[in-house]
Amino acid sequence: MDQLSTKWIIHLLFSLCFLGVSCNSVGKKIYVDLNNTVPCVRLLNATHQIGCQSSLSGNVGVLHVLESEENLDWVLDSGPNPPYMVILETPLFTRSIMMKLKNGSSRVAGVAFVVPNSNPAGGFSPHTSCPNENSGVYTEGYDPTLANCKNTVWNPLGSGLSYEDFDFPIFSLKDDNDTEVIRQCYIVHNRPVNGSTPRYPLCAMQLFSHMSAVTNTPTCMRRNDINFSISPEYVCDPLGDSNVWGSSRPLNNTAKGHKMWESVVIAAARLDSRSFFSNVAPGTESAVSGFVTLLAAAHALRNATQEAQPNRTILYAFFQGEAFDYIGSSRMVYDMEKNQFPLDMDNIHSVLEIGQVGLRSDSKLWLHTDPVSRRNATVNKEVEELIENLQLVARELNISGEEPNLSQPLPPSSFQRFLLNRPIPGVVLEDHRSEYTNRFYESMFDNREYLNITYPPELTPEEQLEYVTDTAKALTEVATMVGRALYKQAGGEDSQLKNINADSQIVTQMLYSFLVQSNNSWLQQIISPDSIGHLNDRPLNLYVGVYQQASEPTALVHHLLANLTGSVLNITQENCNNQREDEEDKESKHMYYYIWSQGAAPPNSTERRGFCVRSTSRVFRALSPAFEEHNYTNKAYSTWTESRWKSIRGRIFLVASHELEMLTLGVGIGVLLTSLLLTYFISSKADILFSSAREPTNATY
Amino acid sequence: MTASVFFGCTFIAFGPAISLFLFTIAREPLRVIFLIAGAFFWLVSLLLASLVWFISVRISNMDNEAQQKGLLIFGVVLSVLLQEVFRFAYYKLLKKANEGLLALSQEETMPISIRQLAYVSGLGFGFMSGAFSVVNILADSVGPGTVGIHGDSQHYFLSSAFMTMAIILLHMFWGVVFFDACEKQCWWAVAAVVISHLTVSCLTFQNPEYVASLVPTYVILFLMGIWAFYSAGGSLRTLKLCLTCKDKDFLLANHRPR
Repeated sequence: MDQLSTKWIIHLLFSLCFLGVSCNSVGKKIYVDLNNTVPCVRLLNATHQIGCQSSLSGNVGVLHVLESEENLDWVLDSGPNPPYMVILETPLFTRSIMMKLKNGSSRVAGVAFVVPNSNPAGGFSPHTSCPNENSGVYTEGYDPTLANCKNTVWNPLGSGLSYEDFDFPIFSLKDDNDTEVIRQCYIVHNRPVNGSTPRYPLCAMQLFSHMSAVTNTPTCMRRNDINFSISPEYVCDPLGDSNVWGSSRPLNNTAKGHKMWESVVIAAARLDSRSFFSNVAPGTESAVSGFVTLLAAAHALRNATQEAQPNRTILYAFFQGEAFDYIGSSRMVYDMEKNQFPLDMDNIHSVLEIGQVGLRSDSKLWLHTDPVSRRNATVNKEVEELIENLQLVARELNISGEEPNLSQPLPPSSFQRFLLNRPIPGVVLEDHRSEYTNRFYESMFDNREYLNITYPPELTPEEQLEYVTDTAKALTEVATMVGRALYKQAGGEDSQLKNINADSQIVTQMLYSFLVQSNNSWLQQIISPDSIGHLNDRPLNLYVGVYQQASEPTALVHHLLANLTGSVLNITQENCNNQREDEEDKESKHMYYYIWSQGAAPPNSTERRGFCVRSTSRVFRALSPAFEEHNYTNKAYSTWTESRWKSIRGRIFLVASHELEMLTLGVGIGVLLTSLLLTYFISSKADILFSSAREPTNATY
Repeated sequence: MTASVFFGCTFIAFGPAISLFLFTIAREPLRVIFLIAGAFFWLVSLLLASLVWFISVRISNMDNEAQQKGLLIFGVVLSVLLQEVFRFAYYKLLKKANEGLLALSQEETMPISIRQLAYVSGLGFGFMSGAFSVVNILADSVGPGTVGIHGDSQHYFLSSAFMTMAIILLHMFWGVVFFDACEKQCWWAVAAVVISHLTVSCLTFQNPEYVASLVPTYVILFLMGIWAFYSAGGSLRTLKLCLTCKDKDFLLANHRPR
């Protein structure tokens, strides 16, 4: 065969391969797949499992749009076609309705929650009313009057739904075209008219979210260890990520354990949040307000701590996994105790933690302290000094920093894990006096709309990045206050205080990056080339996630802390990536961390001109000590794990009545039996039936 | 639509074919071989027809509805014509094979008559045609949903199964009539077979008006059945004899030494 025809055959075969492998068209007639579904997944701890689960082949239920709480009666008692798939809108996603559905779960196949386009009025918090009550410092042994939120209920709107165990799937759907299709399907086929029962075919939904892990963490970790095959099947993974830390003065990172003559003021903030549905955790007021303020304060302190170094070092710590029994902070304390961290618990002088500071009313900030440790006179003196410093700097900035009731315990905060180890003076900055002002604590509605971060509609994304919102200005004031207070606490001179000012431009850029989209020109310059995948076009998800998978904010905060507290060096990319300043340098990597940032492209070309940033900003692992020690029943540390799953999806379709199905089967069996009889009869009489054409002359027969 | 619909539709579509296979073909290895060869010939005709259709669809304008509909009709007509061409080709092959088999075998008579070959090849065509018509529909009938969310008729599975049953039986009847007509050089009968095949295939364009497509198909099935019965050697007399169970006496009574 010559070249040309071979080429044609190859082309033909190739085009046959691209047969447009589209979906089966019969399947398309039957099912409508749901595109944007967010499930609730199963989490396990040392004693319980929480979250939702579907059966292995998905849960099928007839759709029912719940109109009111009384309408639940249809689902639970009187509806003729159980099981039902209940569609809920926001006002009905309450604890009482969900508990009733949970108790009637033989008739409930699943729940789909339609997320509204704007935040609901009132509040909504699926978290518990006393967050992290079993892993904080307030236990029966520490002070029985303060344990279990007896003194103050921090999250009164908390319904505790996130910590219930449901045996049907719960998905959340965005209010868009898909949901409109679902509603139309319900109205056309399912809605009972004048109390009459709706007739088949009925609209139904199937949700798949089968979770592999059951019971609790010790069980699933034991099942992880079963090694029957070459590729072992894991059923769950521990939650965790990395903490970010940096210091105002370089510390030798390689020399772990106690450092002589080093006295550190820890400035802490949390990085993570969560919500009822997995991977949707904007955490604006609960987490972003805190760590953005701390980043801005660190930036404000850069010049002052380099030019006029204070006596004590300031350690900036950003903890991950705090929503799940303080994974990050418990790990830091554990590392310090085991001499795995460059510092020791004895090196800590005091702690200043920044909690939720985004919703200040009347420009008030509240300085929470721990009453039990203050019963010790030395600690009390230090705490009072810290409070005095804070109030002094606050006054200059027209913020009033007040102390709440002195018998009130600390709100849930990372500082509690330090106190669990030993009494340390510390203050937690919050915007609420007793219970939270955050009405959407740890829910999907804790987003930028709640903090009133809005941009004028005619701005382009680049202009929005630069636009200074009111919230940014408010947080800048808090950041300036924090920066000055830290400087004073670290023993710096008062004359330098007026030079410490947070930059509102940086604050608003950070808020834009974390709350609107992280894929913007500012972050693209700061990030290093291998971390570009962390930049997204949507608000950041602050859920800590499993340890193997990097959580979204950690890399961004690490790079931001490096950029905002470090200095730019003129060294090559190769040296920068190898943590050295020149070929012979072997010492710098102990004291500093080098990051190669992408940089910006100069106006005439498309190649980015990168630069090297030297800073003290590092990451260290935030995995609960329970998983290091392989002791999963230990209630002292966080034991949270997340189950694995195979597929998570949903689809809607029509179902026919049971009678029609049985009729089809009956007709099929009838046809089969009839044809068997008939064929037997005909084949046994075939000689007779087909005999008349038998002619002896024709030899072909 | 769950397992009951799956089994129901499978039995409806393949019930007669399976029972025919079990009682008449399964015991005779030669018949099995010719059945499978017939199925293969049908498959090759489908391959050629689909190749032509695929290329023509690729060349055409995907957005023009009328053009796509026209291409579909063209594809169906081409497929029917190709199937009949391959039926004729199979007939020719079987004739040649028959002569060869006779030359090789020790006996004087043929191990398998041309009439039996006609029946077996028709059934082979029918099996493969039915499989391709209905297997993907059966696969989707196992799931929990039924057709209808976009407004299509609910009776999709049932009517597909009944249509498939009709097609399988029709292929068998067409095979018998076709081979008999080729034996007797009766070309108008061949043309009638081709035309009735075309009619049945084009009737499916009436879907989703299932009544309008199924009822005429069953009428044609009944008529072809009668024609095939007569060409296979049956008659009203033999039918009456069979039904009144007088066959034993008939044989003995009519046996005359020749």
